[in-house]
Amino acid sequence: MALLKELFYDSGKPLTEFYTWMHGIWAGWGMPGFLLDFIFQLAIVAAVTVILVLNALWIIYYDRKISALMQIRKGPNRVGPLGLFQTLADTVKLLIKEDINPKKVDILSFWLAPLIIFIPTFAVFLVLPFGSGLIPADLNIGILYVMAITGLTVIGILAAGWGSNNKYSLIGGMRSAAQIVSYEIPMVIVILTVVLMSGTMKMSGIVAAQAKQWFILPQCVGFIVFLIVGNAEVNRAPFDLPEAESELVAGFNTEYSAMKFAFFYLAEYTNLFLTAAIATTLFLGGWQGPWPVPPIVWFFLKTYFVITILCWIRWTFPRIRVDQLMEFSWKYMLPIALVNLVVTAIIIKL
Amino acid sequence: MIKAPFEMEKISDEEYVLNMGPQHPSTHGVLRIVLKLDGEVVSGLYPDVGYIHSSVEKMCENKKFEMITPYTDRLDYLSAVNYNWAYVAAVEKLMAIQVPERAEYMRVMLAELNRIMSHLLWYSAFGMDVGALTPIFYAFREREEVIDMVEGMTGGRLTHHAFRIGGFKNDLQKDFLPRLKKFLLKFEDRISEYEALLINNVILTARTKGVGILDKAKAINYGVTGPTLRGSNCAIDLRKNAPYSVYPKFDFKVCTGKNGDTWDRLKVRMDEMRESAKILKQAMEMIPAGEFCAKVPRIIKPAPGEVYTMVESARGEFGVYMVSDGTEKPYRIKFRSPSFSNLSVLKEITIGAKIADVIAIMGSLDLVIPEIDR
Repeated sequence: MALLKELFYDSGKPLTEFYTWMHGIWAGWGMPGFLLDFIFQLAIVAAVTVILVLNALWIIYYDRKISALMQIRKGPNRVGPLGLFQTLADTVKLLIKEDINPKKVDILSFWLAPLIIFIPTFAVFLVLPFGSGLIPADLNIGILYVMAITGLTVIGILAAGWGSNNKYSLIGGMRSAAQIVSYEIPMVIVILTVVLMSGTMKMSGIVAAQAKQWFILPQCVGFIVFLIVGNAEVNRAPFDLPEAESELVAGFNTEYSAMKFAFFYLAEYTNLFLTAAIATTLFLGGWQGPWPVPPIVWFFLKTYFVITILCWIRWTFPRIRVDQLMEFSWKYMLPIALVNLVVTAIIIKL
Repeated sequence: MIKAPFEMEKISDEEYVLNMGPQHPSTHGVLRIVLKLDGEVVSGLYPDVGYIHSSVEKMCENKKFEMITPYTDRLDYLSAVNYNWAYVAAVEKLMAIQVPERAEYMRVMLAELNRIMSHLLWYSAFGMDVGALTPIFYAFREREEVIDMVEGMTGGRLTHHAFRIGGFKNDLQKDFLPRLKKFLLKFEDRISEYEALLINNVILTARTKGVGILDKAKAINYGVTGPTLRGSNCAIDLRKNAPYSVYPKFDFKVCTGKNGDTWDRLKVRMDEMRESAKILKQAMEMIPAGEFCAKVPRIIKPAPGEVYTMVESARGEFGVYMVSDGTEKPYRIKFRSPSFSNLSVLKEITIGAKIADVIAIMGSLDLVIPEIDR
């Protein structure tokens, strides 16, 4: 049991030991070391990809089950036990569907857009602290990296809107650009407040700073602002204007089908997970929790708690209007976040 | 495809034209709306109707009188009974048929149940229009019960073909009244639940209050009727103002809004469901025993003449103008459909609003397209 605890709480150590051990064998074979490093990096990327895709499939199922609960129905329950393979079946369907390219699309941006949207969400996983020492790359500007990389998705959505050569897509893309840019500012300010409290931008450092007290207690305002703004960042109801179904048919992904559409879908749900995971790391103490439950389980438990809240919001509220969306960000979220930052700074200084 | 008037005009560099429909999730059928937009702001609007024109009026001229009733079902598939009623009443008026009192009460009950059905569907669809996907399931829970009741009575779930000339085909089912009683017991609470879920929601009120204001004079000038007119603070309801059947015997009030904005139109419909429940409660107790159908001749051959009858349907005044030349078939039938007049006012109240508002305003007008196109 103690060994297990050690394994979970210092996952970095056995991994490093394994790494040096492999290096020894590798050198014994007379192979250059950088090749092994490369293989290790590939393995990490592969592991993250598998986690990401499986996780996204599961979240889609989870979201549908939550929505079913809210809407007094049963949700997916036909494919596999409890309908667990429903999303898998949907993905397979999307994979083997005809990939339609409308005649007058701007082929370069039309093709690149799904990738530009998908890759950043994928890249952010590299700095997520899943557990103690379980972090693919512990950058010392971790949270800044997260913000910088997720900011790229807007380019993808704009490219999709523009490249589709469809007015609905274009409106969706433009709305999305306005929305993501204006909601990023309060988000950054809230994150700055957390950085101020923890004194580091390192993801592991932020988690470690919450060993005594989770930041949700002193930063409850920040947490609420983060949830709202994060929800807007991932374009989910009530902020789903870029793909507002009843207004813009499907917004920026109107013209997409098959695998390209699957990429958008996957990215949307991965983004949802990311927002929840970052909220967990910043406010809910990351992977920390009482022992009998391993840290990685704590991390996922907390993340899914946040996801449940976001789903609950999504399936309850009607959609907000575009001018109100802007107003809400600039007139309410931004001042609240700013005041929160200043007050936190003063209290810390005192 | 017909071009909208402003498509042929010069459009400034700031503006563009957006085709909403005929295939669009929120036009509720095959309605095409051409929008001239400046960014997100609507600067021009042109509804293009007629995509599912099926020449019902012309078809009616080639059918015998008793064969026409099912056609009126198809005009408005959401409150079919009221449309039956206007037609059947026209024939009865021409032939001077006295409908038995029990049949009149049955008609009122079915019509009010139908109004509830229609408003519940409108509520669900409006929720979807503004991006709330949950209300539909709650509204349909109750709608299902109503449909089951009406199905037991008429055999149909959507286009019931409930009314016959002179009354009904059969009497009420034995369990109809107990079921209705059980349903009405909880229904008012359920309406409050719907209001809490959608109508009084912060985001929804922010989106609909002060949007799409239709003032009283304009509404009357455009011939707007029904809940849309009553939302503009104009208490005109044919059940009160031009009473037909046994409506004068019931105690109910005409619900009106204050400002004539989108939210008022929503609220009027929610209140109307309460009033319908009230009428149903009274009708349930007052319904007399007796015949359910008048003595009607085998061959229906009204005397030559013309007649206009109107009823208050879920959407407004539905009128039937009929000319008979003394044969088994009508010489001419003209339907006055409320949705057509209600749609015509859309342009007036939408200019200057956002794209999302067009959807919300259109939803609040509660349009049914087959009835517009006929």
